[in-house]
Amino acid sequence: MTELDVRPSTPARPATGSLVEQFEYGLDAPICLTWELTYACNLSCVHCLSSSGRRDPRELTTGQCEAVIDELQRMQVFYVNVGGGEPTVREDFWHLLDYAVAHQVGVKFSTNGIRLTPDRAAVLARTDYVDVQVSLDGATAEVNDHVRGAGSYATAIRALDNLAEAGFEDAKVSVVVTRHNVGQLDAFKRIADDHGATLRLTRLRPSGRGADVWDELHPTAAQQRELYDWLVGAGENVLTGDPFFHLAGYGESPMPGLNLCGAGRVVCLIDPIGDVYACPFAIHDTFLAGNLLRDGGFGQVWRTSELFADLRSPQTSGACTRCQFFDSCRGGCMAAKFFTGLPLDGPDPECVRGFGETALAADDRAATIASRRPADDHSHRTAPAVRRPVPVQIGTRPGPSAPPVSACSESPLAGFTRD
Amino acid sequence: MLDEAWSLSSSVALRPEPFGALAYHFGTRRLTFLKAPGLVEVVRGLGAAPDVRDALTTAGIDTAEWPTYVAALRRLADTDMIAPRTGGSA
Repeated sequence: MTELDVRPSTPARPATGSLVEQFEYGLDAPICLTWELTYACNLSCVHCLSSSGRRDPRELTTGQCEAVIDELQRMQVFYVNVGGGEPTVREDFWHLLDYAVAHQVGVKFSTNGIRLTPDRAAVLARTDYVDVQVSLDGATAEVNDHVRGAGSYATAIRALDNLAEAGFEDAKVSVVVTRHNVGQLDAFKRIADDHGATLRLTRLRPSGRGADVWDELHPTAAQQRELYDWLVGAGENVLTGDPFFHLAGYGESPMPGLNLCGAGRVVCLIDPIGDVYACPFAIHDTFLAGNLLRDGGFGQVWRTSELFADLRSPQTSGACTRCQFFDSCRGGCMAAKFFTGLPLDGPDPECVRGFGETALAADDRAATIASRRPADDHSHRTAPAVRRPVPVQIGTRPGPSAPPVSACSESPLAGFTRD
Repeated sequence: MLDEAWSLSSSVALRPEPFGALAYHFGTRRLTFLKAPGLVEVVRGLGAAPDVRDALTTAGIDTAEWPTYVAALRRLADTDMIAPRTGGSA
């Protein structure tokens, strides 16, 4: 891809300016670092950002992970968002959690809850600097399991029950907002409240397997408006994992958080094999900054990657710069545009002013989308067994004209007939 | 506040950045941006100074700007980023 290669070399950072302007030039270390520990997962969610399922044999060893944590401590990365795959299926997960906390690197980890037993919940409740996010994409089993797989609702609720009973304070219920669950926001809030937890909403991205279901699952324009009103009404009682800054174009109230694409500036992703990407929604060679094993460590990649230098230069945002809401949405999400086949200097596919819809309809995007498929896919190769009727026909078998003959027949005279 | 002894809270770490510094509170998990290099120097110097007045002087802050700095320090105090020193004159 060439979209990222056409900008001029990095200009000097201005000495003054707003925080957003300063962030555009990048920080010495990320604020929001996501670290996916494994591509292995017990589930096969249809919208998985990282196309996870099977472990990659090149995944970082325990020792290599410890070295990464040591470096994060030196860089004063105060906390990491750990995910996967399902991070807790790594045998050394709990060890790495303790190791990070002991090295002043706080951990927020996302899980489907599969390993959050009562015993484990009790240990977590005694550990400082650990946040737990349990993923739930429906307030009912029907809606959730349609996306996350059979039984996953029960697993998540059991995990939340275990955390609450162990006295773990303020777990997060992490919800990807879809066309099917946007009407359940109040019900999600009740589930969180009932568990002494906080609701955290995130945006459906067309990344990973999400590209296959985005058209079907992303909220409609009317639902986006509903979501915006709900978020404004909920205020600070609900977290937005990544700001819904593309909704800022509704314009009546500012969205909480950073209204800016932080990719490569304040945000990045370390994947299970040590590849460093600009953001967790952009696992594709176009957004690959380097590998921390091959390129001299994470800090070296963060500081010297050409891709990141480029992302930290002023971006060309095409027609969007003439929009009255440009200052609040800044053209929206780079990954959402990329994986829906839209140009990076155009509008976000979910632009609330409708420019995205026009772009989606006008372009012949199929070939572009196909060319932007990630090279690596760790999806399970087998689909879950589906029970359905087996078509059979019952009739009468024609009678044998002679006794059956087979190679294993015991009689040496089989097949012979007397004259 | 000028005559009181303050310091960075024990749960807070400062990370230098080109625009100033990030302050992170490990207890409340709150991230705060110190947007002026002068303020960073004052905050860093609080613990070693007998009082806030001395910390401002040592950091070379013009007295005309002290009210602005004291207001900023109060905001940091509200979120427990800085704390009064026990045994000090606070």
